[in-house]
Amino acid sequence: MAIDTKKCVGCSDCVVACQTENNVPIGYCRDWVVEVMDGTYPQLEIELRSERCNHCENSPCVRCCPTGASHYADGGIVLVTKNECIGCSACIASCPYDARYVHPDGYVDKCTFCLHRVKKGMQPACVAVCPTKCMYFGDLNDPRSDVSKILKKRKHKTLIPEAGTKPQLYFLI
Amino acid sequence: MREEIIVSGRNNPLIDPLLHVWHWEIPVYLFLGGLAAGLMFFAALYTIRNRENNYKVAVQIAPMFASIALILGLGALFLDLHHKLYFWRLYTTIRLASPMSWGAWILMIVTPISFIWSALHIKSIFPNWDWKFEVIEELLEFFTKYKKVLAWIMLISSAILGIYTGILLSAFNARPLWNTSIMGPLFLASGLSAGTAMVIWISKNHDERKRFAQLDLMIIGIELFLIIHMFMGFLASTQVQIDAANLFLGGEYTASFWIFVVILGMIVPAILEGLELKGYKIPIVIPAILVLFGSVMLRIIISYAGQASRWLY
Ligand code: SF4
Ligand code: SF4
Repeated sequence: MAIDTKKCVGCSDCVVACQTENNVPIGYCRDWVVEVMDGTYPQLEIELRSERCNHCENSPCVRCCPTGASHYADGGIVLVTKNECIGCSACIASCPYDARYVHPDGYVDKCTFCLHRVKKGMQPACVAVCPTKCMYFGDLNDPRSDVSKILKKRKHKTLIPEAGTKPQLYFLI
Repeated sequence: MREEIIVSGRNNPLIDPLLHVWHWEIPVYLFLGGLAAGLMFFAALYTIRNRENNYKVAVQIAPMFASIALILGLGALFLDLHHKLYFWRLYTTIRLASPMSWGAWILMIVTPISFIWSALHIKSIFPNWDWKFEVIEELLEFFTKYKKVLAWIMLISSAILGIYTGILLSAFNARPLWNTSIMGPLFLASGLSAGTAMVIWISKNHDERKRFAQLDLMIIGIELFLIIHMFMGFLASTQVQIDAANLFLGGEYTASFWIFVVILGMIVPAILEGLELKGYKIPIVIPAILVLFGSVMLRIIISYAGQASRWLY
């Protein structure tokens, strides 16, 4: 997934769409919007980022899971199988982005890239709802996908690549 | 100036504003595992070296405390799980990349060994103990015959258990404070020290106490060296690790770490044990309890502070 920090207006529609689509328990969220403000008034620069699980390619959360509940699904999406998870929270401690939480029912939960929608050929809820169309979703291995095309054109970055997790969420800058 | 805020609001319980998914259960589990490892390590060591008669308490009685510690430790681990009904999932796979997984498995090996070892020696505490069943007697006879082999297995598995208690934390690169390979040896040393303290506490034999006080002094020296080494490593590393070290060098955990872990848990008992060895009369339970206390505090503080240390972005 690629997200355009220049188009994002910080409306948080993606957060609400996710909560509704995925029945996220009240008081929790799987995605969130970060505002970074640089400089002093009046020379201010703002970056807005809609963040979520980075579906890392070398994900410590999958590595440290003792039961295999955290795993890579086809296409590299990182998922948790509810009834294999024992709720030991090792994966939560292992995620440098704090992208996971313990669901009130006991298992660990996080962004799934709306795999249930993607399988039906739809976009993830956050991507579909974004009023500025700032998100691009698709297969990074397919050079013709929206996300591959935009990454070829635009300068981009990932978050804390030095943590070594190979994050797969790209921010266009 | 740079300011970073989550504008959509994120207040996931246990995650925000600072991670605190692990409370007392995990550090207590790590402490009890380390203590059991220490007790079993010395029992095995002195059996292998044929000193069983010199160090009776360490070889015969202390491992029973290890069994209790292991059961309580597993209980603490269980309490930590949020999805308890699925506990058995831990034992349907072995995942070598996951320290949680091989820790659970190493406990599956160590716990029965500690039970067998305790059963072998139960008659030295309760001379009239009767197993009632012939089979058990026969089984124990078999183990008595191969006691040396059992001792070797126990020596190695308890050392792995002791190191594991540290590796569980050091494997998390998301938490810079934990992410140092010193954690394994430091927690092993702390577990061994707790083991010697326990023996000093329960033994009545002067020679045995003296030997374990000497051992403990040496281990405390190693621990202090490892701690200094850890801070040197952090301070010479990246910003996130410098920040992690600063939690203890002026930050939130400074007082608790240096007072409870280093001074009360290591230096004071080392001085008391040293004086005792020199012939001064000191109630030996005091240093022993201080060492055990320091060992618990080390794990509690490291595990809390580790959750407060993070990457910057
Ligand atoms: S962002 Fe965190 S939860 Fe998501 S794959 Fe990476 S390490 Fe795992
Ligand atoms: S909490 Fe669940 S998903 Fe996370 S590491 Fe433990 S078993 Fe795996």
